[in-house]
Amino acid sequence: MKIAVLVKRVPDTASVFQIDGDQKSVKTDGLKFVMSPYDEHAMELAIQLKEAGKADEVIVVSAGPDGAKDVMRTALAMGADSGLLVTGDGVESLSSRGVAQALAAALKDFGAELILAGKQAVDDDASQVAERVAELLEYAHASVVTRFELEGTTATVDREIEGGQYTLELPLPAVCTIQKGINTPRYPTLPNIMKAKKKPIADKNLADLGLSGDALNSGIAVENLSLPRQDRLNKIIEGDNEVRVKELVRMLKEDEKAL
Amino acid sequence: MSVLVLLEQRGELKPCALEAATAASKVAQAAGVELNAVYIGQSLADQSAELAGLGIAKVYAYENDALNYYSNDGYVPIVRDLVQELGATVVIGSASALGKEYCASVAARLGTELAQDAIEVSWDGGLKAKKPVYAGKIVSEVSITASPAMVSLRPNVVKIERDGDAVPEIVKRDMPQVSLRTVLKEAAVAAAGQIELTEAKVVVSGGRGIGGPENWPVVQELADALGAALGASRAVVDAGWIHHSHQVGQTGKVVSPDIYVACGISGAIQHQAGMRTSKLIVAINKDPNAPIFKLCDYGIVGDLFEICPLLAAEVRKALGKE
Ligand SMILES: Cc1cc2nc3c(=O)[nH]c(=O)nc-3n(C[C@H](O)[C@H](O)[C@H](O)COP(=O)(O)OP(=O)(O)OC[C@H]3O[C@@H](n4cnc5c(N)ncnc54)[C@H](O)[C@@H]3O)c2cc1C
Ligand SMILES: Nc1ncnc2c1ncn2[C@@H]1O[C@H](COP(=O)(O)O)[C@@H](O)[C@H]1O
Repeated sequence: MKIAVLVKRVPDTASVFQIDGDQKSVKTDGLKFVMSPYDEHAMELAIQLKEAGKADEVIVVSAGPDGAKDVMRTALAMGADSGLLVTGDGVESLSSRGVAQALAAALKDFGAELILAGKQAVDDDASQVAERVAELLEYAHASVVTRFELEGTTATVDREIEGGQYTLELPLPAVCTIQKGINTPRYPTLPNIMKAKKKPIADKNLADLGLSGDALNSGIAVENLSLPRQDRLNKIIEGDNEVRVKELVRMLKEDEKAL
Repeated sequence: MSVLVLLEQRGELKPCALEAATAASKVAQAAGVELNAVYIGQSLADQSAELAGLGIAKVYAYENDALNYYSNDGYVPIVRDLVQELGATVVIGSASALGKEYCASVAARLGTELAQDAIEVSWDGGLKAKKPVYAGKIVSEVSITASPAMVSLRPNVVKIERDGDAVPEIVKRDMPQVSLRTVLKEAAVAAAGQIELTEAKVVVSGGRGIGGPENWPVVQELADALGAALGASRAVVDAGWIHHSHQVGQTGKVVSPDIYVACGISGAIQHQAGMRTSKLIVAINKDPNAPIFKLCDYGIVGDLFEICPLLAAEVRKALGKE
């Protein structure tokens, strides 16, 4: 069985983000890039399945600039066998729809029975690329998976919902997006980091996948970036405890009409 | 041209479905088009009153026990076909855990664009949405020109508004033939009466400041007084003091209640990612320099073991609960 893991290179969310002069993008200089954290859990799951003898091959697939190879190397050091990077002019301005088209097209020949992804990428928080890949390839799929078991060609998964979970059985081929809590991603060991340097990463150009020009025109555009609400009252209530508590409740009730 | 809202249900209509309908109704009005809705699930009959005054013209109801639970294979083709039949130009759903999968799958089958987890949606010659990116540190305003333009709305960011009590026309639809690849083996859902974090109007959260799991009753008493759901920081989840499902933050749940009370939480940036769209933020912390005070509306610098019980009592008094 072959597993493809979708891995995205994203800025570390601990970074300070500055809006660029055009008000439409974030300044990238000085940002530290990492593998999107949920993708690490997807990677770990794939490697565990391989170690358990349930998968023969794990490929890591990404769409992005050449720099994305750094996080792909991390995935190779975790245990993936090879990498496939979809790249080319315009790859960074693709919408989620475009990324999914590119990934689905790149994955077509590989014939993965299982595709694993993160539940969301922590830069655009789009929560849709993997589901779109599933729909484009016509695979069964489930999102926000917190438990995954594979028996033959059937995956049994728990998918999180508000206040509970569904246990689902999916026939392969399938796509699952992974939630944290499912496992603890391993740190690559030094020998494995060295070995990863020799593992192959193939390039596929968007144009070779039939994605160029008009096909890349997205129907969604960022108009403006802004900082979240800055107008908090920041009112520190003074006095002794009884007085402060009374004052807080009065304000919540009378001033804010929130109680 | 019309707007279609996806009404999410779990045995009954979810509040987030009515919020999405409210937002969709404003979009439809601004665009000067009709608002319709699609409902998939058990019988809608005894719930139609819930849909009164929301500005929905017709509800296309696919009522069937077999589709009581969400499934991609079951729901997505229905919506794709209906969108095409109605020529809907805008589709609005809910950004719940299931709703995001639902909307992403529908958008893919329609080959269109989607903004997930929007905190604002509007019509201004085209569909616009605001959504948090980079763990909520930046808000991105997007315009969608693809058709239909799709948006999923974060629960609790829009207040349900009704105008009059006109109920929509219910258009009963036959179930299309579907073969479900995915089988639902078990649905484990929270006990009735338990308030779900992401839907709660008030959330009271505890962090490392509570000192140990044996002290949850101090925070719980305040939560009970306020009718609030109980949240937690990651520090206490990682320490094993409470189940992960209570975690608020970047790697936990995102909440937007009317009131968020942080007790003994420092307010790390990753925690903020999960609660910064709350309407009012109250912080109780003994350290005057805790970052949470920069983000809060009302703050009390003090010991939560003294403040919380007093506050709980005062709230009960104010709400006539004692
Ligand atoms: C990738 C990543 C993801 C993360 N995701 C999340 C997430 O989703 N959610 C999240 O919450 N965190 C997350 N974190 C962790 C986050 O950085 C903080 O470590 C965490 O939020 C701290 O939790 P805390 O505020 O409970 O603890 P602390 O930071 O230790 O704060 C405890 C506070 O309690 C106060 N206190 C102590 N005693 C009392 C008392 N008696 N009365 C009143 N106040 C008292 C102290 O003054 C202090 O401010 C993440 C971190 C990383 C790196
Ligand atoms: N450019 C990309 N390259 C590879 N995988 C991606 C890319 N974008 C998204 N994904 C995958 O899809 C998941 C969800 O991403 P998103 O829909 O952008 O939130 C991510 O966690 C990745 O697994």
